[in-house]
Amino acid sequence: MADPMKIRATLQGDVADVRVLMAHPMETGQRKDAAGKLVPLHFIQTITAQLNGKTVFTADVSQAVSRNPVFAFKVKGAKVGDKLSITWQDNTGDKRTDELVIRAGS
Amino acid sequence: MKRALVLGTLAVACAAVAQTPDPTAAEFDKFREIMEQDNPAELFEVKGEELWKTPRGPKNASLEKCDLGLGPGVVKGAYAQTPRYFADVDRVMDAEARIVHCMITLQGFTQAELAKAPFSSLVRTPEPVSIVTYVAAQSRGMKFASPQNHVKERAAYETGKAIFHYRAGAFDFSCASCHGVDDKRIRTQPLPNFTKPEQAIRAVQGWPGYRMTGGVMHSLQWRLNDCYRQQRFPEPGYASETLSALLTYVTVNANGHVYRGPGIKR
Amino acid sequence: MHQTRRSVIKAGGAAALFAVFGGVLLQPGRALAAWNKGAFEAKNIADAMKSVGVANAEESKAIEIRAPEIAENGAVVPIDITSNIPGTTSISVFIEKNPFPYTGTFDFSQGAVPYVHLRVKIGESSPVRVVATAGGKHYTTAKEVKVTIGGCGG
Repeated sequence: MADPMKIRATLQGDVADVRVLMAHPMETGQRKDAAGKLVPLHFIQTITAQLNGKTVFTADVSQAVSRNPVFAFKVKGAKVGDKLSITWQDNTGDKRTDELVIRAGS
Repeated sequence: MKRALVLGTLAVACAAVAQTPDPTAAEFDKFREIMEQDNPAELFEVKGEELWKTPRGPKNASLEKCDLGLGPGVVKGAYAQTPRYFADVDRVMDAEARIVHCMITLQGFTQAELAKAPFSSLVRTPEPVSIVTYVAAQSRGMKFASPQNHVKERAAYETGKAIFHYRAGAFDFSCASCHGVDDKRIRTQPLPNFTKPEQAIRAVQGWPGYRMTGGVMHSLQWRLNDCYRQQRFPEPGYASETLSALLTYVTVNANGHVYRGPGIKR
Repeated sequence: MHQTRRSVIKAGGAAALFAVFGGVLLQPGRALAAWNKGAFEAKNIADAMKSVGVANAEESKAIEIRAPEIAENGAVVPIDITSNIPGTTSISVFIEKNPFPYTGTFDFSQGAVPYVHLRVKIGESSPVRVVATAGGKHYTTAKEVKVTIGGCGG
């Protein structure tokens, strides 16, 4: 089971400034381990953000994104009490969803 | 042959540069501060907090009774006030050495097993590293205040200073060779002068740090060990009195500066 | 290697399941097409942009890229992108000199501002090229990022 993400959302009017930190090795498939063997490709491919169950932001990314990725994006039409959920899925089929309720002054 | 080449490289690299502020270093600092606002170190803070609160080891106990210097279980502010003297062991300890001590006495782990592989790799972060990251995060925004009240704290400072200036090893280097003079640089990384208070803060700021090279979490115990490795010294003991003394010297020199919490390192 | 989605998900995170470049997976509930394997496997900037469908992008000063002039470590280079082109629906990012230049596409059409921050691996000093899509047209700009130590291997 993948480790949780850390999500922060700050409201600026009705735009939620979202910052997310994901725990993922983002292996390029080019790296060799201590024994000299190539570590297989293992990376997040897709990211989806939903506000109150409706998709508002999506991304497709490659293994060139850094290990333990950080992304920031801005969601429109957000208000206090809204539920923000973010899902990532990687090339092995593993996925992770974490949620946050937007708070005033957060 | 290879050693001579490395020595030559180090000697050239440690060359003094002009006393103007280094624009490359300033740019690095600027972006590093931006990145520290969303820092993968936070993932290890979370892990460390979990390890602090979970009963573990042969004694199946948590670390919640561990005394980091401000009383059993008091974590807030403790990191910024280490290294310090601990009466129960009659010695000065840095934060990680103290955490290791608590893991031994409260949880039943052994020194041998904790010292066996104490540094992070891409596939494993040792528990003390996550725990010291959590503990350090609870001192975010506080001023460094490593005490010099006890006679052994003052002795640790003097010992640390002597160690800092002690030349040995294949290159006849000491810490001071690179960190005892102004304006030295190794490749793109400036080497602050830790003998001066206004620069000594850079010895401790941002540690424990998430190191971009390899994407791993490292503490000062690793940083010091790696410095000694680069100097071709014998390996210092993990969580040893030697390293506690060295950390006393640089931390006391940095006292009064605000600690920003776990950082991001090259 | 042909894997049904069910068998892949059932097997969980077993890394041995997939061929060298990973399986193509449809994410449940996604409006967009499947992860663009062909584009992600393109080995040069021209092929990558063509595969993404943005080869004829016109140069524009209305896209802002904020990134360091010199990256402290090519393994983690922070990039901030804002498109000021009205009606921007997506932004694609390419690192021209990387072994696989296409790095990702960010879609704002369902309710996000055309802004993204990401951190990337840059193998050697390279232009970071950004393409913004608005009203079916493509606009592009690039910013050079110097790297002293590459971010892919060590």
